[in-house]
Amino acid sequence: MKLSEVHRILRAEILVDAGKMDKDVEMAFGADLMSDILAMCQEQTLLLTGMTHIQVIRTAEVSDLAAIIFVRGKRPGPEIIALAKEIGIPLLLCKLTMYEASGLLFSAGLSGIHRDQEPHRRLKGGGKL
Amino acid sequence: MEENFEQTISLQFELKSHDFVQAGEASSEIRRRLKKLGFASDVVRRAAIAAYEAEMNVIIHARRGRLQVEITPRQILIIAQDEGPGISNIHQAMQEGFTTAPDMIRELGFGAGMGLPNIRRFADEFNISSCAGEGTSLKIVIYAGEG
Ligand SMILES: Nc1ncnc2c1ncn2[C@@H]1O[C@H](COP(=O)(O)OP(=O)(O)OP(=O)(O)O)[C@@H](O)[C@H]1O
Ligand SMILES: [Mg+2]
Repeated sequence: MKLSEVHRILRAEILVDAGKMDKDVEMAFGADLMSDILAMCQEQTLLLTGMTHIQVIRTAEVSDLAAIIFVRGKRPGPEIIALAKEIGIPLLLCKLTMYEASGLLFSAGLSGIHRDQEPHRRLKGGGKL
Repeated sequence: MEENFEQTISLQFELKSHDFVQAGEASSEIRRRLKKLGFASDVVRRAAIAAYEAEMNVIIHARRGRLQVEITPRQILIIAQDEGPGISNIHQAMQEGFTTAPDMIRELGFGAGMGLPNIRRFADEFNISSCAGEGTSLKIVIYAGEG
């Protein structure tokens, strides 16, 4: 699903487009726990979160996430937006709750992360978890 | 690898306790350098996440510390050393879900007790040693090849 499609489905506001609205995302993950994001997300995952502090951007950066959707109208501060711009991570803001936003994207065909695969070792023969 | 480099590239970052504004900058810089050197994206990602977890642990749990990185075409070595309370029971600290992080850290979305197990999973070599009351030291190696 293209980010522009995500944007349309969630009636979201684009905070940072990073020139990537045409980019395809294959899966999404919803969490407020940075620890879970770091442990579970594969690269190019779309993140839905209610957290708006700077570590969300850092966590998304080191995890190579595709984009961040802030739910429930939680608007990040200007320094967060500036950092995302600098790094090149698209940021969207929607008014829906995590549940509603996830439900809409899921119904539109965007799946969750693939848990049957060892995400971090795919280059190394890809053993099971 | 797109760019060849012969010598070992060394990076060093000083880390301060509870500095949540700068937290993650070291790992971000490490990631940028590795990308620029042309390492495979999976290698860059594993190194960046391991470095970030180690960096956050120093900032959250220790008084101060340092992240050192030595990059060669074959591998990325990350050493995180700190002065702080240390870990008295390493076996326990390595369990998923074990944490001593206070509420204020948990409110940021950290402190789920996932960092150390996560580092071990991402790393090709992982070593932790600690002296209670003095500090903790981690050695993380990520192989650059396809193993
Ligand atoms: N550098 C350190 N100095 C002192 N104690 C540490 C250090 N790193 C980890 N610990 C101890 O080990 C525990 C487990 O660490 P781990 O990184 O797995 O989880 P966490 O930091 O508590 O939470 P998370 O990593 O999920 O945010 C910590 O709660 C802390 O008690
Ligand atoms: Mg940790």
